[in-house]
Amino acid sequence: MIRELAGQVLGVLVRRGADFAAAEDAVQDALVEAVRRWGSGVVDDDGDRPDDLKAWLVTVAWRKFLDARRAASARALREVKVSLEPPSGPAEQADDTLLILSRCCHPALTPASAIALTLRAVGGLTTAQIARAFLVPEATMAQRISRAKRTVSGERFEAPGDVTAVLRVLYLMFNEGFMTGPGVDLAAEAIRLARQLAAVVPDDPEAAGLLALMLLHHARRAARFDAGGELVPLDRQDRSLWDTAMIAEGVGILQRALSRDLLGEYQAQAAIAALHDDAATAAETDWPQILEWYDELLVLAPGNRVAELNRAIAVGHVDGAYAGLRALEALDAGLPRYDAAAAYLRELAGERAEAARRYAAAAEAAVSGAERTHLLKQAARLNEDLATP
Amino acid sequence: MKYLLLKHYRGGPEGQDYGTAPMEEWTPEEISAHIAFMRKVADDLRERGEYVDGQALSPEGTFVRYGGEGRPPVTDGPFAETKDLIAGWMVVDVDSEERAHEAAAYLSSAPGKGGKPLYEWIEVRPFLTEPSVVE
Repeated sequence: MIRELAGQVLGVLVRRGADFAAAEDAVQDALVEAVRRWGSGVVDDDGDRPDDLKAWLVTVAWRKFLDARRAASARALREVKVSLEPPSGPAEQADDTLLILSRCCHPALTPASAIALTLRAVGGLTTAQIARAFLVPEATMAQRISRAKRTVSGERFEAPGDVTAVLRVLYLMFNEGFMTGPGVDLAAEAIRLARQLAAVVPDDPEAAGLLALMLLHHARRAARFDAGGELVPLDRQDRSLWDTAMIAEGVGILQRALSRDLLGEYQAQAAIAALHDDAATAAETDWPQILEWYDELLVLAPGNRVAELNRAIAVGHVDGAYAGLRALEALDAGLPRYDAAAAYLRELAGERAEAARRYAAAAEAAVSGAERTHLLKQAARLNEDLATP
Repeated sequence: MKYLLLKHYRGGPEGQDYGTAPMEEWTPEEISAHIAFMRKVADDLRERGEYVDGQALSPEGTFVRYGGEGRPPVTDGPFAETKDLIAGWMVVDVDSEERAHEAAAYLSSAPGKGGKPLYEWIEVRPFLTEPSVVE
């Protein structure tokens, strides 16, 4: 896709001394022009095209950048130092992508702003597409992106920045959830960007771990909602709908990452996802190994609240429901989804009335509509069973 | 995170002289200042990249319900309590609940009679979201 070149082209302009915010606008204009000429799929079609197309995009974007500067201020133009460098090699391309990604994911930005800016500057999406994905008006999204650009324009970026911050933003982008309406698929965009990142930092096992984590979850997407659009929990999913090719790819990436012996939280989370994906039925889930990985994950990320709750569930499967409940009691009862975990373990213990009560309480506290419906139905199912003699 | 900011006809804190006078008792300039302020709130939120939607509602409304198979809808009204009426809403997309509260407080500072802030109660309700992918 033509827009996958956005970050690289922007990197060239920034390296030539162009101001980040103005260069980003120029690249966006050049992308629009390229799509108008050749359509959006041009890179996929022809092996020879990418180099030509990138050069074409750089030329057009640079011209647009200069035009804009000229229009803005003739004096400002003279201050731009144009370095006439030879065409960039693969190493510089990798640096460019990382440079732009780390700028877009700068810790000074809020996650929502970083996600929006990354989707535009590296993902090559238009403001209108990003606005639709987040269900906000285009004018609001335009402001959010331009404020984000202003924020990071003042930051220094001589060296490629922090990969950790980029990983975090891509993780949050992926975790935003699947879009139900037409338009941009954020999870697919996050995977595309994670692939780009993993390619430019091949020695970072956490970048590979994040990509693996995304693929291992994305593979279940067709089973995650039923025909009526309701959420189906992992243990009730139709596993024949899982994308086995994507699982195999994720497992392969994860194994290569783990072989480097530099464990991190994304690799640990990916390992847990891989173990779930590996079970042909929910009953065949390898809970002892999953529990080990949760223990590992909590060493790597001690503040991970979701992992703490999930660990208690894993304890419940390995050592029995009451052991799981004891693990849960050690945690803060005010945690989001605490009641949902308690309800699950109470049902596992056969305490159906208490489980129903907890599921109802969990539904009250749910932040997502689909989760709320699912939890209410769990409570209703148990109450129905209890009422039947 | 999206939040609905609901404006009722509830007025400000009880027992105090805030925003209790109906709008027809304000001066025309005070009404204009109030409307201009609401527009400015929307503009400021748009400028921050947080504005999603906003709408003022007519106070004239009716309760309507299903009347049963083959029967016309049943209507009821006018509403009993003015303070329960919804005057309008604004939807914001913000980074935290704290920001939603700030935006609501800003809205609540709209000028009323005498150009003084109304201190009006604004109801803040979070939207239910999409479920997160990684559970």
